[in-house]
Amino acid sequence: MRVTTDRDRCVGSGQCAMQSPEVFDQDDDGLVVVLQEKPGAELLEDVHRAADLCPSQSIRVTG
Amino acid sequence: MTQSAEPADGTASPYPQFPMRRTCPFSEPGEYAGLRADEPVSRASLKVNGKPTWLVTRHEHVKQVLGDPRVSSNLKRPGYPHQFHISEEMLAHVRLMMLSMDPPDHTAQRRMLIPEFTARRTKEMRPRIQEIVDERIDAMLAAGGPVDLVQALALPVPSLTICELLGVPYGDHAQFEEWSAALMNHDLTPEEYGAAVQALDMYLDKLVTLKETEPGDDLISRFLEKNRTEQAADHVDVVTMARMMLVGGHETTANMIALGVLALLEHPEHMAELRSDDTLLPNAIEELLRVFSISDSGTARVAVEDIEVGGVTIRAGEGILALNNAADHDETVFADPGTLDFHRKEARSHLAFGYGIHQCMGANLARAELEIVYSTLLRRVPGLRLAVPAEELRYKDDAMVYGVYELPVTW
Ligand code: SF4
Repeated sequence: MRVTTDRDRCVGSGQCAMQSPEVFDQDDDGLVVVLQEKPGAELLEDVHRAADLCPSQSIRVTG
Repeated sequence: MTQSAEPADGTASPYPQFPMRRTCPFSEPGEYAGLRADEPVSRASLKVNGKPTWLVTRHEHVKQVLGDPRVSSNLKRPGYPHQFHISEEMLAHVRLMMLSMDPPDHTAQRRMLIPEFTARRTKEMRPRIQEIVDERIDAMLAAGGPVDLVQALALPVPSLTICELLGVPYGDHAQFEEWSAALMNHDLTPEEYGAAVQALDMYLDKLVTLKETEPGDDLISRFLEKNRTEQAADHVDVVTMARMMLVGGHETTANMIALGVLALLEHPEHMAELRSDDTLLPNAIEELLRVFSISDSGTARVAVEDIEVGGVTIRAGEGILALNNAADHDETVFADPGTLDFHRKEARSHLAFGYGIHQCMGANLARAELEIVYSTLLRRVPGLRLAVPAEELRYKDDAMVYGVYELPVTW
């Protein structure tokens, strides 16, 4: 699994960081940062949920 | 589309009227289920002025509309589905607030504010919110029941929290709570609405002016400071933004606190469950947010290009109401949607905070407030119960944000 984000689209809602704090955080500007680009399989469900909850569709999960 | 008969009072419109009323506080208006099943993208006429609008009721379509950049939030655009009386003349003078802005203006202002509402910042605010809640509950217990929980707890907690965050003196709360409540009332005349906006803006104008020269440790001061270099907003923008946050931070959370307490009192088995396992609380809050979906009004849009939703073409210039309350009762996403289920796995997929670039910025702050209020009440006031029969409660059927006017409780 590979996680990428589009910071230009991010609206800083923090849904990702709330849903999956192991993988997502917000920087000082409030925009998304990925803490682990290749999270383990045990985080798969959470990461997919975070991508689904992101209101600006800034998160992509591949592989 | 037939544009023909559109009388100002809406009586002769061929379409069903919007808003539609809830008959049970725990469920959506009765018409929504039929619309979702038979005509998920349908026509309605706005009760306030008889103008036509589209109603979108399925979860996937609501997300689609709110995520579509070809849809505008600008309430000055012709065709925008207004839900309160507003004259053309007043509209011309309205200063857009962030919720009504499109990119790039929206992006510039929102970016300056989001550092104030990150997951981390919200976490840092929790101890102070806990203090506020404890103080209010101390006062409530000292006064003795019965008390109106809306006045004793549900309103002051978000009010104090947002005032501290914005740097608005809480001592003035009686005044701006009144204006703020007025702005949520569908039935105001344009004059009454205008007067409430003006009064609140005059108050905030003074406050912002003061902070321009004497900054404090608060959101408005930090915004002004940042804005010196970013130049994303002028003085009136800042006043408008402060109004949006003050009003938005009040009504919504206050109503949700009271309704959630009511839901727990009406479902003692759920309350017992929460008390025995407080790890359930975050999901329980999502479920309460979903079931009540207290605001169906923040998601008004107007198409700027023709778009297709669920096989229906919505033309440029036509208004759209993407009904999050209807979406949150979509049985294809939430099985048995009328049932309050604190274990529901998909509870967080609700759209009670909206969706897309305008999703409520204060969502995580509201979640923190709800969590602290509910957990503290459960722990400190175990005997909490309604002081009047539930049938006697008065609901805000006519307001932009659903809620209960009073919640008399005792213990
Ligand atoms: S959920 Fe989406 S919009 Fe919100 S902070 Fe994360 S990436 Fe940004």
